[in-house]
Amino acid sequence: MTEMTLTQQIVTVAVIVGGTMLTRFLPFLLFPAGKSTPKFVQYLGKVLPAAVFGLLIIYCLRNVSVFTGSHGIPELIAIGVVVGLHLWKRQMLLSIAGGTICYMLLVQLVF
Amino acid sequence: MGLIGRKPKGKCPPGTAKKALRAAFPHTLPIFAGFWFLGLTYGIYMNACGFSFWYPMLMSLTIFAGSMEFVAVNLLMGAFDPLQAFAMTLMINARHLFYGLSMLDKYKGTGLKKPYLIFGMCDESFSINYTAKIPAGVDKGWFMFFVTLLNHIYWFSGSTLGGIFGSLLQFNTEGLEFVMTAMFVVIFLEQWLKEKNHTAALLGLGLSLLFLIAFGADGFILPAMLAILGVLTLLRRPIERGGDAA
Repeated sequence: MTEMTLTQQIVTVAVIVGGTMLTRFLPFLLFPAGKSTPKFVQYLGKVLPAAVFGLLIIYCLRNVSVFTGSHGIPELIAIGVVVGLHLWKRQMLLSIAGGTICYMLLVQLVF
Repeated sequence: MGLIGRKPKGKCPPGTAKKALRAAFPHTLPIFAGFWFLGLTYGIYMNACGFSFWYPMLMSLTIFAGSMEFVAVNLLMGAFDPLQAFAMTLMINARHLFYGLSMLDKYKGTGLKKPYLIFGMCDESFSINYTAKIPAGVDKGWFMFFVTLLNHIYWFSGSTLGGIFGSLLQFNTEGLEFVMTAMFVVIFLEQWLKEKNHTAALLGLGLSLLFLIAFGADGFILPAMLAILGVLTLLRRPIERGGDAA
């Protein structure tokens, strides 16, 4: 569970709501009459998502220790399953469910 | 046709909303399956992390951005750091900026529904509203409104039910947190298969890993984000040229 107080939790969630709303409303506030978008912004729009999802994968794995415990082997296998399933069937939910079940089985029964 | 915002209220023909709802509903059915699966998992996950169902319920209602909500669970379990929470939200949701830019024209003239359409512009609502061919005679404002509302209801109900029933589950949920990793791996892979130039994807992975090793699990996110933004800015010319050539 959390070490935050309820107030800190509310502030954190409010900040996330505010940040999310900012990203959704900003274009409508900045470009009300369909002004053309700056080239640099267009460029970021093209390249940023791929980089951010790479960052998020590392973020998810940040507490995996390569030198202790299970050495990140269950994570490696399960990611392999996700990638394999996805390249095979290209069904988002199947890939997510398959990889997660595989990981759960590994950490509960094997490691 | 349907520029509700420009018409006085009374002139809208009766049954406009109902007709739009009937047209919108089939488009949202695949999202129903996906949101219930992910929403239930999200609710169960929050429950397994020790949060009562109020958390997934209120967060799915107010944030309504799936991947961010999974990250939010992690943020809530760490130390109080609103600045990091804000920076992560902006980076993860930056793609919405570009959804917004694409929807500037489509959302025009939708009147009072417009703020809600923008509020509810998650990946799925955007992709339906951006691509759907709205049948002639169906009001586009109401159509997009119902697409957004239905998606919101699916996500909200799935997350809330997951939070409520998570505590009743008898199976061992150890390892369930991997659902978040799996989700981002799939999104990353989809992006990878779509793009010609993998520089940005590899930079995202590589720089993050580098900063994780250098700064540790608790402090690497902000420096990694700045480094990614910086290097992408520096590499703009080669990447843009490479993208064209590929």
